Amino acid sequence: MGVFKSLRMNLGIWLSRIFGKKRARIGIYGPPNAGKTTLANRIVKDWSGDGAIGTVSPVPHETRRAVRKEGLVINANGASIHLDIVDTPGMATKIDFREFMAYGMSEEEAKKRAKEATEGVIEAIKWLDDLDGVLLVMDSTEDPYTQVNVTVIGNMEARNLPLLIVANKIDLPHAAPSRIKAAFPQHPVVQISALEGNNLDELYNAIALHFG
Amino acid sequence: MDLISEEKLNRMTSMEKIRLILDKVKTGRIVVLESGLTPEEEVRLIEMTMTEIRVDEFSGIEIESYPAKRESSFVGRLLGRNSSKGRMTVIGPANQLRTVEKDQYQISTKVSVGD
Ligand SMILES: Nc1nc2c(ncn2[C@@H]2O[C@H](COP(=O)(O)OP(=O)(O)O)[C@@H](O)[C@H]2O)c(=O)[nH]1
Ligand SMILES: [Mg+2]
Repeated sequence: MGVFKSLRMNLGIWLSRIFGKKRARIGIYGPPNAGKTTLANRIVKDWSGDGAIGTVSPVPHETRRAVRKEGLVINANGASIHLDIVDTPGMATKIDFREFMAYGMSEEEAKKRAKEATEGVIEAIKWLDDLDGVLLVMDSTEDPYTQVNVTVIGNMEARNLPLLIVANKIDLPHAAPSRIKAAFPQHPVVQISALEGNNLDELYNAIALHFG
Repeated sequence: MDLISEEKLNRMTSMEKIRLILDKVKTGRIVVLESGLTPEEEVRLIEMTMTEIRVDEFSGIEIESYPAKRESSFVGRLLGRNSSKGRMTVIGPANQLRTVEKDQYQISTKVSVGD
């Protein structure tokens, strides 16, 4: 029994060596509401056929726990790349429960959400230590020069890990993805709409190129 | 508004800097760091901020800085290290500091007194 089991395991290692299928663990980061979960759901749907891994919401901090989806195989750029995707709560430097009350939550609900949101940000920060690369999602209608963006980029640079900037929401009339490119010229930027599914082929090619 | 010089910052450990910043910001002060924080210190500051947020007392910080200049020397590269030093950084209470305009060269902030 034991022999067969270890034979099978060795075969797996051997196969993965031959085909060079190293698995990269990629974290999805960005400010609240940038579209991280929308993008994570897209990637999972496109490459595993499974359903959503997280709930999308116009209310910020909907994702308050990181969710990992293992073993995705992305075929792009003539290569096939194996990924684990981690949809994180993202980062923020401030959280005010009153903001949630503006969306019609009770004070009690809003305070609970705010508490969980602070824990979620800490969780996202802790995840930085366990990743091979980051997709940094930004809302193209917003100012890209934010501390959250600068901090994520600085940390990936300090760790010498690959980073791909996703300029999301290009379907919106005020989207200005060129501002993102100008702000961070040292990193690759792909413009997409995670909601409408625009330009995802380019994103998958870039993922294969930078994380493969 | 408190300006903390590069000299003073260089003499402090990461945790001392973060403690100093949070203590000042929590009492409503705005802190300007002449030489900024490293990316690792920034992420620790955000983490500490999250643990110290309290309803009706402290809702977090507003922080503005620029991408760290990379000063990776050849030796640093060999050792897998990037020594990078942040540029000037402004930090204040979330409910008081609002960035009006920011580009590669200047930060304009608006301080609202009262709320
Ligand atoms: N117009 C537009 N809206 C988007 C896009 N991606 C996400 N959204 C919306 O932005 C809001 C926040 O999305 P979500 O994925 O929950 O953001 P997260 O907080 O970063 O995970 C939701 O209302 C989404 O429908 C996009 O590409 N275009
Ligand atoms: Mg989310």
